[in-house]
Amino acid sequence: MTIKEIQEEIVDEFSMFDDWMQRYEYIIELGKNLPLIADQYKIEENLIKGCQSKVWVHAEEKNGSVVFTADSDAILTKGIIAILVRAFSNQSPKAILDADTDFIDAIGLKEHLSPTRANGLVSMIKQIKMYALAFQAKA
Amino acid sequence: MFDVQKVRAQFPILSQTVNGKPLVYFDNGATAQKPQVVIDAVSRYYSEINANIHRGVHTLSQLATDAYEESRNTIQKHLNAKYNHEIIFTSGTTQGINLVANGFAAIVKAGDEVMVSGLEHHSNIVPWQFLCERTGAKLVVIPMNDQGELILSEFDNLLSDKTKIVAVNHISNALGTVNPIKYIIDKAHGVGAAVLIDGAQATPHLRPDVQELDCDFYVFSGHKVCGPTGTGILYGKESWLNQLPPYMGGGEMISEVTFEKTTYAELPHKFEAGTPNIAGGIVLGTAIDYMNGIGFDNIAKHEQELLEYGTKRLLEIEGLKIYGTSENKASVISFNIEGIHPYDIGTIIDKLGIAVRTGHHCAQPIMNYFNIPGTIRASFAFYNTKEEIDTFVEAVKKAQMMLS
Repeated sequence: MTIKEIQEEIVDEFSMFDDWMQRYEYIIELGKNLPLIADQYKIEENLIKGCQSKVWVHAEEKNGSVVFTADSDAILTKGIIAILVRAFSNQSPKAILDADTDFIDAIGLKEHLSPTRANGLVSMIKQIKMYALAFQAKA
Repeated sequence: MFDVQKVRAQFPILSQTVNGKPLVYFDNGATAQKPQVVIDAVSRYYSEINANIHRGVHTLSQLATDAYEESRNTIQKHLNAKYNHEIIFTSGTTQGINLVANGFAAIVKAGDEVMVSGLEHHSNIVPWQFLCERTGAKLVVIPMNDQGELILSEFDNLLSDKTKIVAVNHISNALGTVNPIKYIIDKAHGVGAAVLIDGAQATPHLRPDVQELDCDFYVFSGHKVCGPTGTGILYGKESWLNQLPPYMGGGEMISEVTFEKTTYAELPHKFEAGTPNIAGGIVLGTAIDYMNGIGFDNIAKHEQELLEYGTKRLLEIEGLKIYGTSENKASVISFNIEGIHPYDIGTIIDKLGIAVRTGHHCAQPIMNYFNIPGTIRASFAFYNTKEEIDTFVEAVKKAQMMLS
């Protein structure tokens, strides 16, 4: 699936929820189910410092695609990371660089990606794109 | 008679809904809300007397200057300072501390010591680190105990004739501890050290008497005492303010300027270069008058009730731990719930209309002491109610249920 298709699928899933509580409960579930990043990658170098919650992102290349694993110490942040990993992982560097994050708006989580929100998510998206750029340059 | 409902009615913002719920504002430690008289005073200044101060001969300039100086007098009386020229308008607590720390570069020498406490906000740490870097002085830290209280025996041991200045807060922003500043001031004076008190978190709750305290400097922020943002006060003893060099150069702070030499203006203007926040300075006086109208005895009594009630209600929650358990506390409750990140709780209860602070509260050394990433901090003001605490506790319980 393309990033666009995955994002549409996520928007579809979220459209089933009536209110913020259901959305948040789902995000918490996603957070709990996010496969943990391997301990060896949970290191200072992979740490994105948000003001309040920590986010770790690790990327590697497999057959021309970028595979992301990530973690956070806050569960809501982790849930949103799970959504981002689902949307961007296993894609080509070019597809990742061309993609936008407007779907976050559509699923009612815009406030979490505001540049002034101290949760490290905006930096995480930047980091995802940086990884893609680095892998593209290497190719 | 103190009637909290009547008081609340004076704050337009408190009747708002946030995320569809009635606002419960428990982030007063960050900034206080403003009563209608303060809001109106801002508007009145710009509508009626806006002009630059201390300069023009025209009527408006004189009216604005009079109002600005009247506010200075109000604050002098409020703090019980000896002279009105000991009251310096600043942009806030941070600027006040920086002004003094900067000035002490002319006093402190390599090998001297500058003392802060383990309970400080970053703004009462970093300016002193700058000072130490510039001068070669050493930064010494008064440690705290598990209750979040300063260990006075350690303070006694650290104090020596090398100590040139001691900078401590009156009340801790992260934990709410009320520090024994009178003891610290007297002991520090015993070795000839100056004392700066950071009153940012104290002035919303009590009325300091700077002559009785005998502190050398006392700083606070206007926005935490129901005044405008970008305002603040540095009180300094006349002798100290005369000794310190100016902080910024510019208009207003000079006596005479030639390209060879400039002589400085008298106090307080020596430290007030440039056009100040005129509206803010005037309205800070309005806010102080308003707080005194409510009465600090009433404020303290009501807030202590909220603190007791809030502490009792929060401790009903399983796995909840309060940080800062001193007997002497302001109406601040900093806590965590086992296994849950403070950011998650803060985000969920925001959806329920509740405003609290989460994070390290710009006091990372305290968080490091407890080995936590941060806390949830509920800080109550005189306009908060027990009913709001009930709503808050229910919201925290709901968040706990969702998150565990």
